[in-house]
Amino acid sequence: MESRARVIRRHIVKMTAAAGSGHPGGSLSAVELLTALYFRVLRHNPSDPHWLDRDRFILSKGHCVPVLYSVLAEAGYFDVKELQTFRKVGSLLQGHCHVMTPGVEQCAGSLGQGLSFGIGAALAGRLDGRDYTVYVMIGDGECDEGQVWEAAMAASHFRLDNLVAIVDRNRIQNDRHTSEAMEIEPIADKWASFGWTVKEIDGHDLAQVVDALEAAHQQDGERHAIIAHTTKGKGVSFMEDNPEFHGKAPNPEQLQKALQELS
Amino acid sequence: MVTQASTREAYGKTLLELGRENTNIVVIGGDLNKSTMTTFFAKEFPDRFFDCGAAEQNMMSISAGLASSGKIPFVSTFAVFGSGRPFDQIRISIAQARANVKIVVTHAGIITGSDGMSAHGIEDLALMCSLVGFTVVVPADARETAQVIRSVAEMDGPCYIRLSRPATPLICPEGYRFQPGKASVFRPGGDVSILATGIMVAKALEAAGTLAQEGIDARVVNVSTLKPIDQECIIRCAHETGAIVTAEEHLKHGGLGSIVSQVLVENCPVPVSTVAIEDVYSHSGEADELLQLRGLTPEKIQVAVREVVARKG
Repeated sequence: MESRARVIRRHIVKMTAAAGSGHPGGSLSAVELLTALYFRVLRHNPSDPHWLDRDRFILSKGHCVPVLYSVLAEAGYFDVKELQTFRKVGSLLQGHCHVMTPGVEQCAGSLGQGLSFGIGAALAGRLDGRDYTVYVMIGDGECDEGQVWEAAMAASHFRLDNLVAIVDRNRIQNDRHTSEAMEIEPIADKWASFGWTVKEIDGHDLAQVVDALEAAHQQDGERHAIIAHTTKGKGVSFMEDNPEFHGKAPNPEQLQKALQELS
Repeated sequence: MVTQASTREAYGKTLLELGRENTNIVVIGGDLNKSTMTTFFAKEFPDRFFDCGAAEQNMMSISAGLASSGKIPFVSTFAVFGSGRPFDQIRISIAQARANVKIVVTHAGIITGSDGMSAHGIEDLALMCSLVGFTVVVPADARETAQVIRSVAEMDGPCYIRLSRPATPLICPEGYRFQPGKASVFRPGGDVSILATGIMVAKALEAAGTLAQEGIDARVVNVSTLKPIDQECIIRCAHETGAIVTAEEHLKHGGLGSIVSQVLVENCPVPVSTVAIEDVYSHSGEADELLQLRGLTPEKIQVAVREVVARKG
C-alpha cells in the first residue's frame, strides 16, 4: 500500500498541475486514509458502483476530490488517463465531488453536508437490513460549519453504528492555520461529548490507519470518530504545512520538483 | 358558502396512504410534525419516520442520503424553513445531485398570519424555481393536494410542494385530474385570462363571477405547476384572449407573474398585470386582514382585469 500511496500522490500533483488549479494540500494529507479505505477496508466493486451492499465513502471536504479521483482510478472505476481531464470542459471529473463520476456517492463543494448525507445512507441501510458501513471524511476546517455538529448530534440520536466519521486534522484551512482562522480544539472532546467514540491516530501511518478503520466498522453499537493527525501537502516538501497550497496547483517547475520527491 | 378544507391535512392523510402502499416512502421532519401533519404517518410507521429536531440543514442533507440508497423521502416543515434556511443544502445535496427528494412545506405565504413576517414564506417560489431540475407545485385546494402528493411520489426527481396553514376553499371541480406541468382551465372565457396559483385561484374565480356581470368574460386558469411552467397554455391564453392577469400569494418578484411575463415577452407579448405582494414584508394579523392589506383580493384582480382589457386596444 505504501507504493500505491506514492502513485496516488503523483496523480494528485500531476492532475492539479494539468488543470492549473485545484486543491493539492488537503488531498495529499488524506492519501493514506483513502488508500487504506479503497485497497483494504471498503467492501466495493469498481465494475458495479451502485451495488446496493457496497460500503459508502463520502468525501465531505469535496474540494479534496483529487485524492478521491486518484484512488477511484487506481481501483478501476475509470481509466487513469481520465485524471488529466480534471476540471476541463466535458470531463467526468468536476472541480468538486459530483455524482456524475463513477464511484462518487454525493455532490459536495459547500462544506458541512457530508455527515448528514452519510446519516441518510446509514438509515437506509438499517431500514433495508443491509450491513454496509458509511464512512464520511470531514476536514478540520470544515468542523467550523454548524451542520457538522447537527449531524454529529443526530447520528447519536438515531443510534447509528454503521457510520464512521474521519476528521483529516491537517491543521490548515483555506486562508491559514485552523488555530488562527477558528480554533476547533479540543476537537476530540467535542466529538466525544456528542456521543462518539474517538480515536486519534497518525493519519500517515498505514498500520494505524487500517487498525482504526477496521475497528470502527464492527457495528458494535457505537459511533466511531477517527481524528487523523496529518500534514497538509504531505510528501512534497514545499507544500508541507504550507497554507499556500490549500487551493493552488503546482506550476510546471514545482511539478517536476514534486515528482522527483515522489519518485 | 364554499366548503373549506385543509391542504396540510390532505397531505398528511395522503402520505399515510402512500406509506401503506410503498415501503420505500420515508418521512423526515424538523420538530413541526404536528403542524405539517406528518404525525399520521409517524404514528403508523415509526421506523420510517425521522424527526431531525430543529435542524433544517441537516434534515435536507439526510434526505438526500436516504434518496441515494433508494428511499423516497418526503421532508416537511414550514415554507420558510424548507426553502430559504436550508437553501444551500437543497442546491448542492438535492438539486445538483438530482436526488429524488420531495420537499412538502406548509404555512406558506402571509395567510400564516399572526406569527408575523419571519413566518411569512413569500420568497420561496422564487428560490425554488431557481433550482435546476426541480418540479415546483402549488395546489389550489385540498382536493388537488391529495393528487399532487400521489403524483410526485411516482415522479423521479426533486420536488417542492407548497401548502397553507388555514383551511382554504375547495374549488377543484369533481373529476379534476392533476397533471404535472399542465395548467388547467377552471372557467372558460374569451376577453382575458386570469392565471392564478394556490389560494388565489379561488379569488380569481370569485373575481370572474363579478366581472361577468359587467360583461367581461374572464377565463380562469389554475397554474398549479410553476416549474416546469406550461408555456403552451400561457401562449394559447394570450392568443385567444389577448390579455393576461396573474395572481399569487408571493412576492411580485420571481413568482408566477415573473414567470408568465417572461414566457409572454419571448413568445406573444400582450398586456399583462400581476397581482402579487409588492416589495414589502407584512406584520402580524389575521389571514383575511393581511390579504386585504396586500391587495390579494377578488376586487384587486377585477381592477387588474379592467386595466389590461382597456390596454388591449
